[in-house]
Amino acid sequence: MNPTAHAARLGLARGWIEFRHALANPQDIGFTLVTTAAFVTVLYFQRGATVPGTDLSLAAATMPGILGLGMAFNGLMGAVGSLSVEREDGTLLRAKALPQGMLGYLVGRVVSVSLSALGSLLLVSVAGLILLPELAAAGAGGWLTVLWVAVLGLTAMLPWGAVIGSLSANPQTAAGLSMLCFGALTAISGIFYPITALAGWLQGLAQAFPIYWLGLGMRSALLPGAAAAAELGGSWRTLPTIGVLLAWTVAGLLLAPPILRRMARRESGSLMQSRRDRALQRIG
Amino acid sequence: MGAATTLDGDITVMKAASAIEVRDLRMSYGTHEVLRGVDFRVAPGEVVTLLGPNGAGKTTTIEILEGFRAPSGGHVRVLGTEPVKGDERWRARLGVVLQSWRDHGRWTVHGLLDHLGRYYAPYSAPGRRRPTPTAELIEAVGLTGHAGQRVSRLSGGQRRRLDVAIGIVGRPEVLFLDEPTAGFDPQARRDFHDLVHRLSDLDDTTILLTTHDLDEAEKLADRILILAGGRIVADGSADKLSREASRDAQVRWSRDGEHFVHATEDATGFVRGLFQQYGDQIGDLEVRRATLEDTYMAILKKEEG
Repeated sequence: MNPTAHAARLGLARGWIEFRHALANPQDIGFTLVTTAAFVTVLYFQRGATVPGTDLSLAAATMPGILGLGMAFNGLMGAVGSLSVEREDGTLLRAKALPQGMLGYLVGRVVSVSLSALGSLLLVSVAGLILLPELAAAGAGGWLTVLWVAVLGLTAMLPWGAVIGSLSANPQTAAGLSMLCFGALTAISGIFYPITALAGWLQGLAQAFPIYWLGLGMRSALLPGAAAAAELGGSWRTLPTIGVLLAWTVAGLLLAPPILRRMARRESGSLMQSRRDRALQRIG
Repeated sequence: MGAATTLDGDITVMKAASAIEVRDLRMSYGTHEVLRGVDFRVAPGEVVTLLGPNGAGKTTTIEILEGFRAPSGGHVRVLGTEPVKGDERWRARLGVVLQSWRDHGRWTVHGLLDHLGRYYAPYSAPGRRRPTPTAELIEAVGLTGHAGQRVSRLSGGQRRRLDVAIGIVGRPEVLFLDEPTAGFDPQARRDFHDLVHRLSDLDDTTILLTTHDLDEAEKLADRILILAGGRIVADGSADKLSREASRDAQVRWSRDGEHFVHATEDATGFVRGLFQQYGDQIGDLEVRRATLEDTYMAILKKEEG
């Protein structure tokens, strides 16, 4: 039995178990259902309207943005949240005390965050298909594109979430900081507001980050080909989409392991105890 | 990977040597010196308690031995390996009992122990099958009635028992416990003591624990180490420490309604003399040797002075 492969398999099992726990948890599942319901409501009210100057329904134009943003949010915040919380509550220290435990823990987390993110994607997609029959026009090829963009978006965001979760002092800081960055990048990402209407330097900035490309990739999958005319350069720019998302993935995968290792090396009972005391002060 | 065969080789070598070996261990945080030359050894199968006032460096010492913290200097070996350089095979031979808080709250007791135990499976050795079967372990820590319960629903004492179970699920050769019985009621404490005795008797586990409870130290440990001022200031069985600190026993008695106290090295001889002189007049006789608490306080006082 190869101990490394064995621990990786245990990580897969762990991820699956934690995903099932999340499904059975009213708080977790409630959050997913409420956000999905909010998106569905938006889509419902946009159903009749069209994008000005086109016959494209506004709802169909909003849908790809929701999918892309959801993927980015779940990938990043899932990793940030679990790492920062589980450093504080001692889950990580337990993993550290096991042989190959850190490997199992990380594989487990990647699996459970990915399953949750893909689960939400599925939920929103199904709701979208029911409300907006025209989405079916995207065909199998379009939905296959949704899948690869989603997976690439996940790999681009998740390691960075792990980095933020490892570097922050406590879960509050971690969540606050990442929400701030996430909000700022979303605002200029072209998901809620056409990027072509932004100042040139903002366009450049937005294109350096994955959220814009996630939205673009999803639009290329679900909108009719003619809609590409409204994009920067008048094209879906599929290759640059893959390139930028891959670049973030590779950079994240290079950066995350040493930072995670450094964080893991420093974990100890007394460090966790002091974090716990501070957390209890916050609560009390 | 030939984990099992190499592991077996290690065990044979280790039988002869110390399970834990610490020489001139030093630890500073900035300019603050916590440990200034700690020396001790623990033989395989021995149960040793580390006592000391708060802030004496007990937790720091244990964390260095666990490999969770790098020392500033000195020679440290656990199962023949320097802890900070210990690999996963070495890690599989240790047990660490952590103070849990609210981790794994959604897991069931059985589910969590079963999952964590599986990590040890590749590290089984002849004569030491890893992990301990989950049901057996749950019974050993007295959680059988709670096996299907979620961890977040356990009481504080039950949670600590789960912590102990997690610490020993891999059948460790060396087990570290940092204040294992904090928050236990008397019954849970007694059960825990039985468990420790069973581990050291049946599984030949070397155990190093810290505690504030002197009574517990005396009951559990083959040997007591007292850590004060960043050094080991006393090392021996509770009995030996008491005799070193003070040979005197206190003899109390009453005669004609009057109460007397006398401190003497030879309590038996003194009482014999007492009876020879006064016979039936003696009442309320009480001979009290120094308790571990007296000894402990005396040793600390000497160190401070």
